[in-house]
Amino acid sequence: MFIVKYIKEVFSGLKSLAIGLRLTLYYFTHHKEIITQQYPDNRETLNLPERFKGEVVMLHDENNEHACTGCTACELACPNGTIKIITKFDIATDGKKKKALDKFVYHLELCTMCNLCIVACPTDAIKMAQTFEHSVYDRSELTKILNKPGSEIREGVE
Amino acid sequence: MWSFSNISKFIDNWLRATFNPIWTMVIEMVIAGVCVIGLFAILGLVLVIMERKVSAWMQIRLGPNRVGPKGMLQSLADTVKLLVKEGMTPAGADKFLFNLAPFIAMMVAMLLMAPIAFAKDFQMWDLNIGVLYVSAVSSIMVISILIAGWASNNKYSLMGAMRSGAQIVSYELSAGLSILSIVVLSGSLNLNDIIQSQADGWWIFKGHIPVIIAFIIFIIAVTAETNRAPFDLAEAESELTAGFHTEYSGMKFALFFLAEYVNVFIVCAIGATLFLGGWMPFHIGHWQGFNHVMDYIPSSIWFFGKTFFLIFLIMWFRWTFPRLRIDQLLNLEWRYLLPISMFNILLVTLMAILGWHF
Repeated sequence: MFIVKYIKEVFSGLKSLAIGLRLTLYYFTHHKEIITQQYPDNRETLNLPERFKGEVVMLHDENNEHACTGCTACELACPNGTIKIITKFDIATDGKKKKALDKFVYHLELCTMCNLCIVACPTDAIKMAQTFEHSVYDRSELTKILNKPGSEIREGVE
Repeated sequence: MWSFSNISKFIDNWLRATFNPIWTMVIEMVIAGVCVIGLFAILGLVLVIMERKVSAWMQIRLGPNRVGPKGMLQSLADTVKLLVKEGMTPAGADKFLFNLAPFIAMMVAMLLMAPIAFAKDFQMWDLNIGVLYVSAVSSIMVISILIAGWASNNKYSLMGAMRSGAQIVSYELSAGLSILSIVVLSGSLNLNDIIQSQADGWWIFKGHIPVIIAFIIFIIAVTAETNRAPFDLAEAESELTAGFHTEYSGMKFALFFLAEYVNVFIVCAIGATLFLGGWMPFHIGHWQGFNHVMDYIPSSIWFFGKTFFLIFLIMWFRWTFPRLRIDQLLNLEWRYLLPISMFNILLVTLMAILGWHF
């Protein structure tokens, strides 16, 4: 019936409004829910969310070894040409030639922090760091070489 | 005991003793004008910082926190910024009307202050048709918005002004009908008589469900009349940049901004007077002890407390609900609020005739 439908509409509308009002009142009275941070003041105690993505870094262990095989999967996965892998040929212990990473060139100024390179990496050699203060005076400083000088591939990573 | 009415009576007696009646009247008018302007300035500062803090907390933010203790002087800094800004008039605008519109908005807000009882026996103008005066004068507000939109010579402004016109004209009906339900119950158009009729209990408690429905409709309608979200179609930042005040800058913009907040205060004061008993303390039936304790709280605190509660309610709506589309807005008024309030006023009339209220 028309009038029943009309009254139902009014009450369901009021109910949905009340649900919204209850949520905002909860936030209004519970200040511990506030997620804003006083950024420049709390630089030391900054609490970034786990999934925050700042820049791509390569993981090195204490022997200055990384896990990058130079497979260029990340370079192929990158949608806007941020990563450029330069490879070289190492002579392995048994005398065979082996492809290895020479330079991992990363253009931070082109990066959109899309995380596709980290997903593509088969050996988990790279990850997203939580640094975000990337301002520099010269654009060339944003082109970074991620593998540390003198670093080598870790034993056993194929 | 210290009260607003004693102070005003003392000043009145002193002026009458010192000057002749004409000068007394002139000086009293000047004092009243200065008080109104002072109240406007304080209201602007307080309501802006209140709105910003309420909105921040509701959106899980901190809000302004740099100027003054806990950011409480932020609105003062904003005022200084607006004062030193250039008040530009666009080349194609109708200069006279463009500069006139913000002043009409302010004048309407000032006129509406006249019949409001701020405390016991403290009122600028005790006229016997207070309710009619308020509903008549508040409609002039739409003229200032229409003038501003038309004189700006800007498509956004004109569209905002036209929307505002449609909105205010339609929502005035249900606001008027919900006010009428209180007039029916109390049997008077005088705001003082309406307050006196609530001495044994506020109308929202005495009037059962029909008055609660009228109160809800009143709050919805006045939110629409003051052009605030969820009914801020006249401004509609996402579609019309800033609606009717797109072309305004500096202090002329600030006057519109101030008029909006003062209007919010006024409609909440009217709502508090009609439904929540104005400056009447909260009394429960025959609990003599409780009622005496309540009487010790000054009447002005009761009035401002109720008004600020309603202002908080309206701010709460603003920061919770999404904005309506223009067709949804008119649907809400003509299909829901108006039929419901027409039926409701019949119910209230029946209740008043049969004496079903307490």
